[in-house]
This record gives sequence, C-alpha cells and structure tokens, in this order.
Amino acid sequence: MTIDRQTVAKVAHLARIKVAEDRLDSLAMELDEIVAWVEQLGEVDTDGVRPMASATDMVAAWRDDVITDGGYADRVVANAPDPQGDFYTVPKVVE
Amino acid sequence: MTDLIDLSLSEARDGLRSKDFTAVELTRAYLGAMERSRELNAYITETPDKALTMAEASDKRLAAGDAGTLEGLPIAVKDLYCTEGVLTTAASHILDGFKPPYESTVTSNLWREGAVLLGKTNLDEFAMGSSNTTSYYGPVRNPWQDKTAPSRHLVPGGSSGGSAAAVAARSALAALGTDTGGSIRQPAALTATVGFKPTYGRCSRWGIVAFASSLDQAGPFTRTVRDAAIMLRAMAGHDPKDSTSAKIEVPNFEASLTGDIKGLRIGIPKEYRLEGLSPEIDALWQQGITWLKDAGAEIVDVSLPHAKYALPAYYIVAPAEASSNLARYDGVRYGLRVPGKTLDEMYANTRGEGFGDEVQRRVLIGTYVLSAGYYDAYYLKAQKVRARIAEDFRSAWNSCDLLLTPATPTAAFGVDEKQDDPLQMYLNDVFTVTANLAGLPGISVPAGLDSKGLPLGLQLLGRPFDEGTLFRAGGVLEEAAAFTAQPGLRA
Repeated sequence: MTIDRQTVAKVAHLARIKVAEDRLDSLAMELDEIVAWVEQLGEVDTDGVRPMASATDMVAAWRDDVITDGGYADRVVANAPDPQGDFYTVPKVVE
Repeated sequence: MTDLIDLSLSEARDGLRSKDFTAVELTRAYLGAMERSRELNAYITETPDKALTMAEASDKRLAAGDAGTLEGLPIAVKDLYCTEGVLTTAASHILDGFKPPYESTVTSNLWREGAVLLGKTNLDEFAMGSSNTTSYYGPVRNPWQDKTAPSRHLVPGGSSGGSAAAVAARSALAALGTDTGGSIRQPAALTATVGFKPTYGRCSRWGIVAFASSLDQAGPFTRTVRDAAIMLRAMAGHDPKDSTSAKIEVPNFEASLTGDIKGLRIGIPKEYRLEGLSPEIDALWQQGITWLKDAGAEIVDVSLPHAKYALPAYYIVAPAEASSNLARYDGVRYGLRVPGKTLDEMYANTRGEGFGDEVQRRVLIGTYVLSAGYYDAYYLKAQKVRARIAEDFRSAWNSCDLLLTPATPTAAFGVDEKQDDPLQMYLNDVFTVTANLAGLPGISVPAGLDSKGLPLGLQLLGRPFDEGTLFRAGGVLEEAAAFTAQPGLRA
C-alpha cells in the first residue's frame, strides 16, 4: 500500500483541507486504489518523450505591459465574506 | 401551430425573423417549460425576469432589423460560467452567494448575438463527475426513463448534466456546457442531445470556473447538429483575456452542413473495441459505420496504441491542475468562510466544509502527484504519456479525416449506481477523454435506443480546428439515424 492514513493526513495538510480522523482510513483506501490504477502508465515507454503540458503547440503570446483594467476596489471585494472598507480580512497572522 | 418548445434553434431563429412569433412569446414558453420540469433539478438558478427583459430588447432589435445570430433565443448556461450579477456556484458549497462582478467571454458573445438567459444549470461540483451526482444542489434526473422500470431515477451523465437534461426535456432551446474529459459528449449521449466539444483554444476560457486548464473547453448542447453549428459560431473566437484562445478565423459552421461526405475517410480505432463492450453499443457502432459508408465515406482501420492509457493519464493531469486551480478557494475573497483560530486553520476549515467528497478526493490526488518526490514519477510521466497519445492521433490523421467511435460505454444508469467506487465512475469517460488530452474537437450525435428505451450516442473526432468536417459528417449521421424518440419526462 502506497498511501496510508499518515500520507493522507500529510497531503490533506498540504492541500489545506481539514479531514476528520475517522475518514483518514477510507480515504487512504480510495486514493491508494486510484494511485495503484494509474501506476499502469509505467508500461509506456516514454524515453526521450517531451512532456506535453498544453493541448496546443502555441507559443505564449506577448502583450504590451500596460494597465487595461482596475480602479474599482469596491467591486473586487464585493463578494468577500468579511470585508472592511476596500480590504479583505483574515485571522491575525502577526503576534 | 407546433408548440414553440418543439422548434429547433434554427427553426425558432427563422420563425422570429419572419415574425411568426415574438422573442417574448418564445421566452414565456420556455419559462413555463422550466417551471413544469423542476422535478428534474436541471437548474440551480432560474432567471425569468432577466430572460423577459432580454427578450423584450430582442424584439426591439428584431423589429429594427438589427438582429444578432441568436437574437431572442432562450438558452441555459452551465453554472460554471461567470455571469455578471447572477449567482454562480460551480455546484459547490464553497462558492455560496458568489455573484461575479464580470461576465465570461463566451456568455458575453452569446448576449452580443442577442441570446436570452433562462438560468444557470446544475452540474457535478466543479465539473468533477460523470453523473451529476456530486452537486451540492442535488442530483439531476435524466428525462429519459428505463421502460422496464419507469420510476427509477436515472442520471443524465455529467458533468454538464443540467444542461443536457434541460435541452432534452425542452426546458431550454440550447445550453452551454464545458468538456474536460467528456463532460459535454457523455451527457449528450445519455440524453439524446447533440453535444459538441470544440478544439482546445477555439473558445475563450476566460470567466469559466477553471477545473483543469489544459483540458477545459466550452461547447454547446442542442437538439440538432445544425443548431450546434449556429451556437459554436457565436461562442468562438480569439480573446486577449485567454492567451490560449486561438487567433484563427471562425468560419460559418452552418455552411459546412452540405450533406456530402463522399470520399471522406473515416477511421475506426481498433483499441476502442474494449473487452466486455456491451453488444448493444457495439451493434450501434457497426450501424454507424454502415450509415457513413452508405453515404459515400471510405472506412479505414486505424490504431491508437496508447488509447488505453488515456484515462489513467487524465486522472493524474486533471487532478494536478485542479489542485492548483482550486487553491484560490480559501475563504478570504469570495464564497464560504468557516472561521478558525489561525489563518491556516481558517483555510482548512473552509475547504474541509466547502468542498464535497469527490472534489476533496481529486484535490488530494493532485496534491499527492505534485508533491516532492512524486512529481517525476506521476505528473511528468503522465505528461509524457499524454504526448504519446497526441502523437497517435497525428499518425491516424495520415490515413483518415475523422474517427468514429461510441460516445459512452453504457446508457444512462441509476442515481444509486457506481457511487461507491470512484474508478467505476471514471470509466464513463473512456471514449471521450482522449480528445481532451490531445486537444481535438468531437461531437456526440444521438443514434439509437437500447433495449430499455434509453438513448445511445455515436462520437466523431476530428483534426484540430477542423470542426467544419465534424459538423458535415455529424449532419450525415444525424440524418441517417433519423432519431425522433422523445423522453418521457419532457416539458
């Protein structure tokens, strides 16, 4: 088994997802099954193959470095759960 | 007079132009249909007031002779497209109350052409699923019924299940979907609608909630191939706000529906002949081959040797991109916030409560395959296999112009089936996912009914930016299939 409950707990922490203790084992089983299934990619000879990161061969386009948008902070924060003025808020991070 | 909701999009367009009825009349007919089919749970948000305001404006433009290509046509939009001032949920708890201050490029294009918004359709949460059962807003019911068990609640497929069900049930004239691994073509096949996935880059992704950015593509659901051609023309085009959208001319796709496929070479990929493939699906595939051959096409056997690795490669690439894309849902800028003592705790609480099980599963898989020590073994390997799959298609295009395959391995299944085993659910996309990895266009066309009276679809895949040929052959397939059956739970 590649993925055990400790691995799930670690990955969940990296992904910033709170996972209840009693779900760790079942998640470990599910994820392990999926990872075991994708292991079949090992059968494919990929020596010298360039990894394909995009569905097209296009080269990233250049554009002028100019501001084309903005100037409406009120609209930007309009959906924030707890805005104060034109600012987002978070729990205190500096002691 | 025919019921207005039975007209195809092209018929409704022509009827509006010749003043047989008004956009407000057509829109009212659809608002009534939407209300009558609420048991399907196809819509998350209905926008009747907005629809009528838009329809009134359309009637003015029609009267002034200033009509767009979709003027006055009532359309539903998958709730993954941001719509200005209209709740946009991605069917996730984590986007509670989110009203975008901007409009997606594709929907902007539709409104520019005069289309009318009926509402936002249900989907699998963040488009992750193949049965529309992972939605925070509950499952969608397929308007088609198993004639041996009519009360059984069947899924419409997914992830664009609400859009598919709405078009099939006549509670929308057409609908927008998105296709990351089959999320347009698979539900189209399960609901007897036409589902079109354009070439990657044909439509702008700007303003569409991102799932896997190198795979996602916008596309239409319609009741006819011609309607899909009309919709795609309005949706497509380069957008400076999406640097992956192609700077390539958008042709009048409707003009490619000539009905003539003489000499067109249709490839039949032998690797799609899966072990254990349902005899009904196989028979339909054979029937499709005969139809195209009878219309003058040349049938060619081709090989896509790496096709069997497409699903496992997808289930590394897509979750990896998703884990990165979904990092933005942190309880700070929009949607749900679940308090915590520290910033990290607030993030984890919000994401733990805001994401459903399948989304969590995929974000965790994605985080795992991108984490230190596993990146090369999983993510890089999958990207290399993806390159091999794309190469298979490039080789196939040397001997054929299109590929014909089944769209799905099965017909619609029960809402309680395949729910305990993620891998069983993933197999729904076995025929569709290759096109996303290779960035190719594809269409699913309703082609027949199985022994339970449930629809099945055939899929055509084409070369990049050769959607015209897909519409042409899709139209021939549609005409040969002469599919006229209707779902039992229609409006």
